[in-house]
Amino acid sequence: MTRTMFDKIWSEHEVSDGLLYIDLHLVHEVTSPQAFDGLRMASRPVRRPDRTLATADHNVPTDGTRAARLITDELSRVQVETLERNCEEFGIPLYSLGSDRQGIVHVIGPELGVTQPGMTIVCGDSHTSTHGAFGALAFGIGTSEVEHVLATQCLVQKRPRTMRILYGGALAPGVTPKDLILATIGRLGTGGMAGHAVEYAGPAIEALSMPGRMTVCNMTIEAGGRAGMVAPDQTTFEWVRGRAAAPRDFHAAVERWRELPSDPGAEFDTEVEIDAAGISPMVTWGTSPGMVVEVTDSVPDPAAMDSPADRESAERALAYMALEPGTPMTEIAPDRVFIGSCTNSRVEDLREAAAMVDGRRVADSVRAMVVPGSQQVKATAEEEGLHEVFRAAGFEWREAGCSMCLGMNPDTLAEGERCASTSNRNFEGRQGRGGRTHLVSPRMAAAAAIEGRFVDIRDWS
Amino acid sequence: MRPIDIIEGKVSVLDRADVDTDQIIPKQFLKRVERTGFGEFLFYDWVRSGEIELEPNPILVAGRNFGCGSSREHAPWALEDFGFEAIVAPSFADIFYANCTKIGLLPVILDEEHCRAVAEAGEARIDVDDETVTCAAGVFEFAVEPDVKHRLLHGLDDIGLTLENTAAIDAFEASGAAGGGPTTTAL
Repeated sequence: MTRTMFDKIWSEHEVSDGLLYIDLHLVHEVTSPQAFDGLRMASRPVRRPDRTLATADHNVPTDGTRAARLITDELSRVQVETLERNCEEFGIPLYSLGSDRQGIVHVIGPELGVTQPGMTIVCGDSHTSTHGAFGALAFGIGTSEVEHVLATQCLVQKRPRTMRILYGGALAPGVTPKDLILATIGRLGTGGMAGHAVEYAGPAIEALSMPGRMTVCNMTIEAGGRAGMVAPDQTTFEWVRGRAAAPRDFHAAVERWRELPSDPGAEFDTEVEIDAAGISPMVTWGTSPGMVVEVTDSVPDPAAMDSPADRESAERALAYMALEPGTPMTEIAPDRVFIGSCTNSRVEDLREAAAMVDGRRVADSVRAMVVPGSQQVKATAEEEGLHEVFRAAGFEWREAGCSMCLGMNPDTLAEGERCASTSNRNFEGRQGRGGRTHLVSPRMAAAAAIEGRFVDIRDWS
Repeated sequence: MRPIDIIEGKVSVLDRADVDTDQIIPKQFLKRVERTGFGEFLFYDWVRSGEIELEPNPILVAGRNFGCGSSREHAPWALEDFGFEAIVAPSFADIFYANCTKIGLLPVILDEEHCRAVAEAGEARIDVDDETVTCAAGVFEFAVEPDVKHRLLHGLDDIGLTLENTAAIDAFEASGAAGGGPTTTAL
């Protein structure tokens, strides 16, 4: 019988019907305190601290604060200090503020090599789908489930349906993995992948680097998908090789990983085909990631939409975004530019953005910042001199964290500010109350910072 | 978790599609380390700006894809703390749906037409065991997974149930199934 990659990983991890063993549990400060409290109340230990890894990322300041006790915001400080206490009490390895391994949980997993093909990985964060780029089954969970995994190393799960999205052709120059996934979400809608574990496949996916695949899998949840996955191949193996947690017998591991890809002829519950060559640089115009158009398009007119629900959502979104139907996207002028987040803060993203701004200056009307995804990303970027390129262009160069993706730390938009952001969500108030977010690729964000408006980077020089 | 069997009473309505968890409970309220007290911040920005007004009735009827976005369980905590016992919608985001069932906030999927009928009726009675919603417009059936229903009806602790399988988990680990995976304590 032929099986999909999802089928293989699922069945290999089923302890009993519907009870799934979890190989790696990533923990951060925001969704874990109540779970640890629950353990304490029931006098339950953490079953496998050695399969658990914690970091502080969601609300850490990015201004160079080097220890939890020095965080100025009291609630943030309490939350990070609570994580530190909980990890110490339960014996969980933690890279907190001040560690040279601290960073966004979905950046440090792959960076340390603890994210590997064939694994089941969970975290109390919806962007856990990022790790699926390695051919792992990775998904976000809530705090009750965090507590459940801490106590049992298992999860009770309903088996999702499977979807394959097959990308034919190749991405055109200037078109990035971020554009590929934004275009996909635009086509399928914010609920279009609901209930599915999604495998991204085809030549355009195989051609992507690991950071590119991570960007694609990361945003699976923005179309409601349970998990996003890419079949492991030589690109995957080369990424894992030599990292801190890489298997000692690497050759044997690779032999095992080669068995993971979906069998030829394996059946998926839903199949979608998308022509990658037809994708353009994308910019969101509304308050959900599916509200997205090509940079050469204009803000859509709600009156032209068929469904009353879509029309009403679009009208509300345009009112919030202060945009008029028919405005060319290239006339929209951001006040802020944010390059960072678990979607686009790896070294490759920073290299691409730096190449765009090298020798140029950020427009006077724009305040721009770069927030590396981890301390290791930051160190590598600095070795390459990228920080100097950004600073010379007028960007702020910050410390690692989730930062303005969700604005739980002091990095937020002011009311009415418009931002070109490489993050994953343009929800109302996401980056700050009253803030207006346009999701774009790192290269598009960098070009917007220089020009003071969105540009089609394919004909920008 | 307390057992739920019948949820009955007035209906509040939030007629919007794709309501995300950032709206249900904005991030500035996620810094609490407790599980309670989120209700007063429910839909904070929309309520504060006067865009919506919600009564803490037992039942909330909402639009499609309710609870999309972040996995924050603070969203169901806030809805429950505010006073809702059941949310009725044409569809829910997966993680949000699972989070609700873990805390005993009942998510009920009805098609759009029936959601509208419940909203218009203004009052309803939800029977978890029968899997029905009864209102002035009729009796509508909904589906809930058998194991979820069992847990809800009896108010069972999910973790306690899984711990009954400890021997199977031990055996799974001892078998070296799934290749083991890396350890985090030796990095």
